[in-house]
Amino acid sequence: MNSDRQHFDEMLLGQDGVRAPYAEYQKWFSQEDPTRLSKKSKEAEAFFRRTGITFNVYGQSAAQERLIPFDLIPRVIANREWTKLSKGIEQRVRGINAFLHDIYHRQEILRAGVVPVELIAQNEAFLPQMIGVTPPGNVYTHIVGTDIVRTGEDDFFVLEDNARTPSGVSYMLENRETMLQMFPELFSQIKVQPVSDYPKNLRRSLAACAPENCDGKPTVAVLTPGIHNSAYFEHSFLADQMGVELVEGHDLRVVDGKIAMRTTEGYQVIDVLYRRVDDDYLDPLNFKPESMLGVPGIMDVYRAGNITIANAPGTGIADDKAIYSYMPDIIEFYTGEKAILKNVQTFRCSEPDSLKYVLDNLADLVVKEVHGSGGYGMLVGPAASKKELASFAAKLRKSPSNYIAQPTLSLSTVPIFTKKGLAPRHVDLRPFALFSPDGMNITPGGLTRVALKAGSLVVNSSQGGGTKDTWVLED
Amino acid sequence: MLGKTAGGLYWMFRFLERSENTARLVEAGFRIALTRSKDPEAEWKSVLTTAGARSLYDQKYDDYAASSALDFLLRDASNPSSVISCIDNARTNARMVRTALTTEVWEAVNESWMALKTALKSPITETKLPALLGEIRRHTALVRGAVHGTMLRNDIFDFTQIGIALERADNTARIIDVKYYTLLPSASFVGSTLDNVQWETILRSVSAHRSFRWLNNHDISPMSIADFLIFDSRFPRSLSFCSRILEDNLGYLAKDYDNRLPCHDMIDAQRERLREQTIASVFDDGLHQFITSFISENNAIGQQIEKDYRFVG
Repeated sequence: MNSDRQHFDEMLLGQDGVRAPYAEYQKWFSQEDPTRLSKKSKEAEAFFRRTGITFNVYGQSAAQERLIPFDLIPRVIANREWTKLSKGIEQRVRGINAFLHDIYHRQEILRAGVVPVELIAQNEAFLPQMIGVTPPGNVYTHIVGTDIVRTGEDDFFVLEDNARTPSGVSYMLENRETMLQMFPELFSQIKVQPVSDYPKNLRRSLAACAPENCDGKPTVAVLTPGIHNSAYFEHSFLADQMGVELVEGHDLRVVDGKIAMRTTEGYQVIDVLYRRVDDDYLDPLNFKPESMLGVPGIMDVYRAGNITIANAPGTGIADDKAIYSYMPDIIEFYTGEKAILKNVQTFRCSEPDSLKYVLDNLADLVVKEVHGSGGYGMLVGPAASKKELASFAAKLRKSPSNYIAQPTLSLSTVPIFTKKGLAPRHVDLRPFALFSPDGMNITPGGLTRVALKAGSLVVNSSQGGGTKDTWVLED
Repeated sequence: MLGKTAGGLYWMFRFLERSENTARLVEAGFRIALTRSKDPEAEWKSVLTTAGARSLYDQKYDDYAASSALDFLLRDASNPSSVISCIDNARTNARMVRTALTTEVWEAVNESWMALKTALKSPITETKLPALLGEIRRHTALVRGAVHGTMLRNDIFDFTQIGIALERADNTARIIDVKYYTLLPSASFVGSTLDNVQWETILRSVSAHRSFRWLNNHDISPMSIADFLIFDSRFPRSLSFCSRILEDNLGYLAKDYDNRLPCHDMIDAQRERLREQTIASVFDDGLHQFITSFISENNAIGQQIEKDYRFVG
């Protein structure tokens, strides 16, 4: 969509000035030869191809692997800004974990009337199999990727809480590697907080969540749906970086009440499974019977406390878009504090007044499916044709509770490098938080996704988005 | 190590070896058809047979024109032994076992795949063939170099070598199998042009026409060629050499895992048989029979390894 409103650009202030966090970078950039940068940009692409940092696009032939375009202008975040953001994320992740524990146990939040009962009871993301189950270490969301957008100097909003299996962290790491290779001098001039400890922290954090009865060093493994999955590169990358096995469902089976993987020397027990397979496909005996991706009986092993599954099954109830609108109340309910990070104003179409407002103002709103992801199945009002608006309105009337609506935010921009010089593009940010009984660990920065088309607000890689290296400056 | 990973490594290197073998057969066929043969179509037919691709090919084409044979052997995705299929399969397996590979090996395979996919996009004319074959050779050499220069000598390495040894032995044995009649003493008209062409084809198919001459300057006879291909432990494509590589690497696994398995008995038996035999005894008992049983024995060992090391569940 094209929006002509004034956007907050994180690098540039009007014609000449740059915002303070970019001052050093701008100094370096202004002395760079654009042709050299153009060449570097091509080098980066060749590097990504050679390394195989690709993703598969659904609906295309299996052999189709695409690159996520990488833009070489970093997105810079001041230390002060990051401190606030990371506090807000930590609070949110703790709130989500408390919520999940409550929802699968006493459900006090429902009794208190903070969240309506029907929102849970009739929600597909709620897993009855998790009722009464306490995961090892009482951690539900071991890894969270909170999507954050910015609209002004101090205006950050949470767009989505990705509490199931957030992806993109490999791009965060590879983007930094690429920048270090291309512009080593930059990093000696500007002090940027490192991100490369993520795999080590991930492994440590997962191991800290091992079942109580695990003696010795916990065995961790990554479960992938396989090489045709869109995020397969990331799965193998993380397994590799952590130094753990990358397994598929057919490598695993239940042996003596535990989950074990088939090795060249027989079956070996796994204590912590970082699964990148959706709940529905995790266990054909307990969920979708036709699933070939999961492990028959793993839920029973899990309920018996003999394996840690990260993230826990059933966490989807916390990042559901209908629950999202209650998140500030949820955080306050469990932490007793006001939410540090704001929510985007959200209209629940299940409520008649809201539905009426949404239908009346459809052309100005973004409407999302409650269970959708990846930017699919959503309507961007200002960009839609009359016909699209009419057909979406019909869908809304038919099943209003499937949708929420939000005002179109004036997302901040960060310049990208183009042949004609710097050009502002809309961005979002996905920081990655690790949570274990040992505490919270949030990698400084995260993944910045950027809509490469001028004016576009859709940053999803499946729809033409790119990525940038994200810098959090040292103090 | 996961059984699946062992299987992925094994197949990755079988396919890489096979792509090289197919390219080598094409190279030999092309050269012979060009320089020596009065009947180039018969030559391509024989190449297709050796590559194990005859029946599929015959379903698709009515004759053995060079252009069809080249297309089928190099770039036809429906032919599982074509260079493009092999490279594709090797890379798919490499992606599957990526955590077991060094960056250098993975990048060498990935780059081979990218380069050859581009190179094999359009039909290969005879003018373009030598450059293409050179490219295939360079890329496979790069992968091999990366493996030897960067990989730990552990079970991961052992499974790569096992895959190579089995595939290579199978290839050499099949070349002998297809051409065995030209190696029989009864069929030998020493010095006749026909035989010289056949023998040259055999030696070129295993890239040994020069080394053989160096080693056997004055004795170019069917028996000496067969002896070289089967028993010469200096020659890296001989059955004996491949069998030793297999024995070595299975042995390392047994030691590493402290576990002897049925496949170890099978390779020991094969080694023993090769040691006991001489080329004379092989000819006495029948070359064809010897080769046929070697091929099935080799296959059986491969299947036993898959089972013993739990490649599949």
